Amino acid sequence: MSIKRREQADIIFRKIFQATGFITIALLAGIFIMLLYNSIAFFVEVKPIDFFTGSQWDPGSMKGDYSIAPLLVSTGLVTLGAMLITVPLGIFTAAFLSEIAHPKLKSILKPIIEMLAAIPSVAIGFLGIVLVGPWIADIFGIQNGLNAINGSILLAVMALPTIITISEDAINAVPLSHREASMALGASKWETIFKVTIPASMPGLIAAVMLGLGRVLGETMTVLMATGNAAKMPSGFLDSVRTITATIAIEMGEVPYQTTHYFALFAIAVILFLITLSINLLGEYFSNRLRRFHA
Amino acid sequence: MVKKMGYLLNWVFFLGSTMLVCLILGTILVDIFSKGMSSVSWSFISKFPSDGMTEGGILPAIIGTLMLTLITTLFSVPFGVACAVYLNEYAKPSALTNVIRASIRNLAGIPSIIYGLFGLALFVQSLNLGTSVLSAGLTLGLLSLPYIITTTEEALKRIPNSMREATLALGATQFETVKDVVLPKALPGILTGVILSMSRAAGETAPILFTGVAFYINDITTSPSQEFMALPYHLYMLSTQHQSIEQVRPLAYGTATVLISLVFILNIIAFYIRFKHRSQD
Repeated sequence: MSIKRREQADIIFRKIFQATGFITIALLAGIFIMLLYNSIAFFVEVKPIDFFTGSQWDPGSMKGDYSIAPLLVSTGLVTLGAMLITVPLGIFTAAFLSEIAHPKLKSILKPIIEMLAAIPSVAIGFLGIVLVGPWIADIFGIQNGLNAINGSILLAVMALPTIITISEDAINAVPLSHREASMALGASKWETIFKVTIPASMPGLIAAVMLGLGRVLGETMTVLMATGNAAKMPSGFLDSVRTITATIAIEMGEVPYQTTHYFALFAIAVILFLITLSINLLGEYFSNRLRRFHA
Repeated sequence: MVKKMGYLLNWVFFLGSTMLVCLILGTILVDIFSKGMSSVSWSFISKFPSDGMTEGGILPAIIGTLMLTLITTLFSVPFGVACAVYLNEYAKPSALTNVIRASIRNLAGIPSIIYGLFGLALFVQSLNLGTSVLSAGLTLGLLSLPYIITTTEEALKRIPNSMREATLALGATQFETVKDVVLPKALPGILTGVILSMSRAAGETAPILFTGVAFYINDITTSPSQEFMALPYHLYMLSTQHQSIEQVRPLAYGTATVLISLVFILNIIAFYIRFKHRSQD
């Protein structure tokens, strides 16, 4: 090949590579615009104030009730339960892996956590039906174990690998000299962990929690299968709930194209998109702080 | 004495949490495999479902999942690798590069069901591909992109700069350096990421719900424009939507066993490549 042809190829491929970079921006923008465009069609027909303040999601009713409130409360309830379980469990496990476990033990535990991450969400949802549901029904003496607490337990399991992995990286990133200084001042191993290492890695731990939170909020199949899917305002963890994701999954398959109901599903999706986006940005802010802190 | 008790309590918390995590994985695997193994047989994976899904096997779902994963990979790998090459080899630190990186991180955080909606709007409706294995594969391809870009970039970062400099000093263009030196050297790392993303795609359900998956088709999916059956969707339908749920429970367990085995095999392959590559360094 002549030098000229080689240089031409170089320029052409540089452009191709660069284009793929731009397409990722276009993709993010495209997703947002698509959601927004379809939800505007919805807000033309339903007043935003009814959408946010109403208390009923019942598109099949005579006048058609489209209120995101019960779905949002359901999502919040399931997410709260999941985070209450997964955050302490995940951070304790990460601290154990990073600070206490022998390297050999660690080399066994890390693949276990990766295996947990690999299990498809639909399989976890299936276990919610056949395993966790009956347990809950037994323990609380209720008829049906498909409710918010079931969803919370399953989502906690799904968020664990994310939280453990990122927390462990954050704890590992704390310089050894911090720990040595603390020990040299006479602090015990535990005092060092609780008063030096964990506080020093706090921005990273918050970033881990945020990423776990984003995962929990956006998860569809597990909650669709295990929470009972009653689209009404829940009053507690033992109520059957229906999250935003599950509502989209159930109704999008059945709704006629370009009806109010169809656009309504895009409207709840745009709210979900904005919530997860802000949580991701918040997580990014905290992980940048960690990086600056250790730089 | 109080202090000693405190230490003991700490141990209980730390070790207890870790053991609980292991116990969770153990429970999942033991429950599914112990009840699913008896349903898995050669005829289960080589036959069509019959008698309204209460008998027979899951062959079309296996084929569908394999085809779906193939299309996903064919679409997302060239695109993702090209983007990672751009970010790691070409892009200079600038505001634009930061925007690209931020987009990729945020794409990774978008819920999978929203990718499903986007796939429905873009591939099924706007591009008129209909509900098909192609639409679903492209949708999953978009979902896999951020993961492939991130893992590929990490693999590229591990290649020492001296190798690039040596090639450039010998008169190679930058593209030749990437094509003949950097990419071949980073191949094991890239491959690990690709296989892991395949294992995720094989288990995804939400993005394919409205883009082409079907509960039952009476033939094997052979063309990209056909609808398809998929293992995760099959498991979902058998465990929630079937009219005689108790009767098909063994089949659901069998499907779960096959799905988890498939995903684990992919993970073990990725683990092996990574392990072999690391020990060579």
